Amino acid sequence: NLTTTRSSTSAIRCHFYLTLGNMKALILVGGYGTRLRPLTLSRPKPLVEFANKPIVLHQIEALVAAGVTQVVLAVSYHAEQMEQELAQEAQKLGIRITFSLEEEPLGTAGPIKLAQSILASNDEPFFVLNSDVICDFPFTQMVKFHKQHGREGTIVVTKVEEPSKYGVVIYDETGKIDRFVEKPQEFVSNKINAGMYIFNPSVLKRIECRPMSIEKEVFPYMAGDGQLYAQELHGFWMDIGQPKDFLTGMCLFLNSCKLNNSAKLYKGPGVVGNVLVDSSAKIGKNCRIGPNVTIGPDVVIEDGVCIKRCTILRGATIRSHTWLENCIIGWKCIVGQWVRMENVSVLGEDVIVKDELYVNGGMVLPHKSIGASVLEPKIIM
Amino acid sequence: MMLKAVILIGGPQKGTRFRPLSLDVPKPLFPVAGLPMVQHHIEACASVPDIREILLLGYFPAQQLQQFVADMIAAYKIRIRYLQEYQALGTAGGIYHFRDQISSGNPDAFFVLNGDVCGDFPLQEILNFHTSLSTPSLITIMGTEATRQQSTMYGCIVEDKETHQILHYVEKPSTFVSNLINCGVYICSPDIFKRVGEIFNSRQDFYSCEDSEGTESIQLEQDILMPIAGTGQAYVYTTDRWWSQIKTAGSAIYANRHYLQLYHKTKNERLAVNGPDKPTIIGDVYIHPTATVDPSALLGPNVSVGKNAVIGAGVRIRESIILGNTTIQEHSCVLYTVVGWNSTVGAWTRLEGTPCDPNPNKPFAKMDNVPLFNAEGKLNPSITILGCNVTVPSEVIVLNSIVLPYKDLPRSYKNEIIL
Repeated sequence: NLTTTRSSTSAIRCHFYLTLGNMKALILVGGYGTRLRPLTLSRPKPLVEFANKPIVLHQIEALVAAGVTQVVLAVSYHAEQMEQELAQEAQKLGIRITFSLEEEPLGTAGPIKLAQSILASNDEPFFVLNSDVICDFPFTQMVKFHKQHGREGTIVVTKVEEPSKYGVVIYDETGKIDRFVEKPQEFVSNKINAGMYIFNPSVLKRIECRPMSIEKEVFPYMAGDGQLYAQELHGFWMDIGQPKDFLTGMCLFLNSCKLNNSAKLYKGPGVVGNVLVDSSAKIGKNCRIGPNVTIGPDVVIEDGVCIKRCTILRGATIRSHTWLENCIIGWKCIVGQWVRMENVSVLGEDVIVKDELYVNGGMVLPHKSIGASVLEPKIIM
Repeated sequence: MMLKAVILIGGPQKGTRFRPLSLDVPKPLFPVAGLPMVQHHIEACASVPDIREILLLGYFPAQQLQQFVADMIAAYKIRIRYLQEYQALGTAGGIYHFRDQISSGNPDAFFVLNGDVCGDFPLQEILNFHTSLSTPSLITIMGTEATRQQSTMYGCIVEDKETHQILHYVEKPSTFVSNLINCGVYICSPDIFKRVGEIFNSRQDFYSCEDSEGTESIQLEQDILMPIAGTGQAYVYTTDRWWSQIKTAGSAIYANRHYLQLYHKTKNERLAVNGPDKPTIIGDVYIHPTATVDPSALLGPNVSVGKNAVIGAGVRIRESIILGNTTIQEHSCVLYTVVGWNSTVGAWTRLEGTPCDPNPNKPFAKMDNVPLFNAEGKLNPSITILGCNVTVPSEVIVLNSIVLPYKDLPRSYKNEIIL
């Protein structure tokens, strides 16, 4: 059950759907995911596997568990590949997934208006989330808190160590948001916008179908009207839109797995700390895997390999005696023997790294074969 | 015919560019392709049938060379002695000082070899050339061709192409003179001592009696060759066989490769071979009989492994020298590196240097003796050297770095000198 809604400035075509469940969600996918290149040169960002599952699926499954039956993905480019792959998932989960295509970029608020026909099809509040967010999704708690205070909107906030790098949120003990402060020079708060919201359909009156920033043009007015509340997130949180943070987020996620559901984590010879290994992967002898490693389907790890703080995507091969730390190895890559890779090196799809090389912060585009060491961080085209 | 050979091996104040490797052992004893550097010279001399005695001249303390000399006598069954200069006498001063020792027994000629050159020395050929000259030669120099640019870093020889007499000689000129350079290997007639004596005495007169220290230092190149050139008494024999100098620690890797290759000719038994329960060998590799190498290791090309060294499972070594008593633990990768004695390298560690080989596209190009630092004050990429008794932890990288002896490295290093 997939359809796409398109915008035009003169008329918005509405499609009327029978709503099966009660809640809806909008995931802001946006554009080409350039910060996660070279991975996103081969696959759309929401489908890049994080902890062995497409990023967007982590979010969708959590939404479904909280009672969402319709998910709209707001994209600004044609997403046939995503539509095909997610069609299967939609069927499995028994929900409806639709795509809302922005023909011009509509910012962080505009896409909400664009999807109005679905989001406001009944009176239930709807979720809006950033597609790059990973955490212990608090969707059920959000609904509860939102209905409790009964106002127009709820934002999830999370504590960060260095708030002056972001915009912080100031709110009182009931959660009512007073104001936002961009990159504060002195400490006013350590809570930032975590990129997950729940809104009543009435919020659509505040948004126009044009490029609009939700942080600058919507939230301040809602706060001024006393209609915006903050809910603190507990547990880990990460924006995994770039490789360094993708890996940090992976560590936090694996740690959370350990605290909640240890059975998913891999136990075997040579495993250290939290490790996730797909059942179809093969690991050789005398390896040391972990801590903080995810290994995807059909991956082959030969003998004597040491991997720490890495994501190894589907079909990759790591040949013997190689040492990897802090890397993302793309789909179907072949990393040779006695290779050393570190410092957030990222290999795109189908990259070959020859034996005995040293790759230090190399970012390698897909289908490339590397025959010389990369001594200092750089992009290899 | 009776011949002798004199090998000039210098002393502790010489060969400082070979540090830190020369901090532990006299440079002439540093092993290249499994043998102390100067043993290659001794071996070349011992293969000339009429050689009766080999004299090592230098100013290292005698007891540092005692064991080596005894080993050489036992190995080559030839008379070998170390003559210690009481002070640095210069490349000719030592020969003059010990002239009686060299002349005793009336040798027909004697070879002189610089201890810090290396190569495939055609000693029999230069002897034949020297002894069959129509007019007698006081000194015949072994020369080889260099590029125009690099020639000015060596002693330059201008040759009469027909007679092979040396018309002119100048050491490290500032402008181009000739691309035929001095290899630091000579064959001399005993008559040369008279000539050296004349030059020595004239220099004594030049320096008045108040300054009697340091006047005995005579350089073979500047003080002997230059005046004799053009008198019809000095000749040059040109060779195109491999020749190089060993000045820096990095050049030991280059020499290692070439000496290993030379073993194919007459010492093939020194090279390691593949076999069941043995490590995989690629190209030329020397493994000391007492070294332990795991069968899953991959060694070569151009690797020397020293006495009692231990190479662990899945280790990769290429273009490197591993000195005695050193342990390399499993899965590590050692490329273009010299690992000093008694060192320990952890598991999954990468040691890597950068070679400074001569430009393969230029015929006759020699190794560039690259300075340690570049114009911006940064360390030039070079062979990685670990001094003796260095400990490198597991899972680190040491790249283009020099580590002094007895250092325990706490982390990775790149392009640094670690004191």
